Amino acid sequence: MKERLDEQAMALRVAREFKDGMIINLGFGIPTLAANFIPEDIEVIFHAENGCLGYGPMPRTVEEEDFHLVNATGTFATPRPGMCFFDHAESFSMIRGRHIDLCVLGGLQVSEKGDLANWATGVGRPGNIGGAMDLAFGAHHLIAVMTHTTKNNEPKVLKECTYPLTAPRCVNLIVTDISVIEVTPDGLLLKETAPGWTAADVQALTEPGLKISKDLKQMEL
Amino acid sequence: MINKVVAGFDEAVADIFNGAVIFMGGFGPANGTPSNLLRALAKQGAKNLTLIANTPGYGRSAPGAKAFRKTLPNYDDGGLLIQTGQVKKVICAFPGMNRPGMTAPLHEKWQTGELEVEMVPQGTLAERIRAAKAGIGAFFIPTGAGTVMEQGKEKRVIDGREHILEYPLKADFALVRAYRADRYGNLVYQGTSRNFNPVMAGAAKVTIVEVDELVELGSLSPEVIVTPGIYVDRIAVRENGKKGA
Repeated sequence: MKERLDEQAMALRVAREFKDGMIINLGFGIPTLAANFIPEDIEVIFHAENGCLGYGPMPRTVEEEDFHLVNATGTFATPRPGMCFFDHAESFSMIRGRHIDLCVLGGLQVSEKGDLANWATGVGRPGNIGGAMDLAFGAHHLIAVMTHTTKNNEPKVLKECTYPLTAPRCVNLIVTDISVIEVTPDGLLLKETAPGWTAADVQALTEPGLKISKDLKQMEL
Repeated sequence: MINKVVAGFDEAVADIFNGAVIFMGGFGPANGTPSNLLRALAKQGAKNLTLIANTPGYGRSAPGAKAFRKTLPNYDDGGLLIQTGQVKKVICAFPGMNRPGMTAPLHEKWQTGELEVEMVPQGTLAERIRAAKAGIGAFFIPTGAGTVMEQGKEKRVIDGREHILEYPLKADFALVRAYRADRYGNLVYQGTSRNFNPVMAGAAKVTIVEVDELVELGSLSPEVIVTPGIYVDRIAVRENGKKGA
């Protein structure tokens, strides 16, 4: 049975990349869900573009909601010991200055060279760039998370992106609902497949040729 | 005596002129938006404004329409000035959503050609405003190199990486929201409501601040003041203190 991972499962797989001590920035959508799956034995610090390091999880009650404490997706967060605030110029100094260890962004398309397109489907229209261009360039390690194909089952992992780029050659790891693919100097390396999916199944839905890792395994969820 | 406190919000924005360039602090539906100054500007009626903000905002929902997000009571954002037709150009990083039931007024006005929209990556927006404040002529930045953002801009390879030349964003007025002020204009903020506000304070010719509370000179610790009063020209105090947006 070839089931695709749902958003929660993709977020869980992304969170497996979190390592003790990391400073992490999470983008809109599935990336933000990954904050719910931090491994218990590690400590990480989340960075929000709107000027916060070290915020805690979403509030559980309405009483805990504070309009002066939201993350970069506009979602209420909670205070946590060690948290600090700063302005937007400082916040993006942290990003461009390469002080963020890991960033997870949603993707519309990723190319075999690691180009990311995630903010617009056409040139000229107002699109929500937000902090994505800065993060894509600035983070030490960038994970793009997305469904493997469009709603019409067309590949989103492409030889060249057709949508406007967020940044060229920036993605290190692609996590989709059927695979985990590493971007290497020699091209795309398929490392994991979702339960029930073969390398050939994934290749059939991917435009560029995939190299198959000799340690290819099924995603552990 | 130095006292930057003005009588009210209407007085604070009275001299904003047709064609003025305005900075607006805030970050999306979160707090840190100078709602009272924006309402006063809507009432005052200055036209052909250029609005520079991270997110201009969603404006007011149609009467009876269900709000699609939580806001504080009496919240208004820059979307209000777009709805009133006072804005001719927006420079922003996040225009807002454009889907059924959740469409920022910016998109409607852009589609009819009534509004010009210039997109800037968020960090570049902050740094261009900071550069105006700091008297920097221009700067090379890697963000946007290799994308549509580099079009028409000077490029240079620095440390093996492509950079593009960006210029300061200057404005006539900065509309800033802070938590507490003293009469010198020293400011402190609350939580993530800080965002663009301290960056914009002092980056425009005139900086106008909306605060929750005015406190006695000397009661803000010099160690924790975020915006030194040198950057502030006018302070308007909210009547209802911390209640409302």
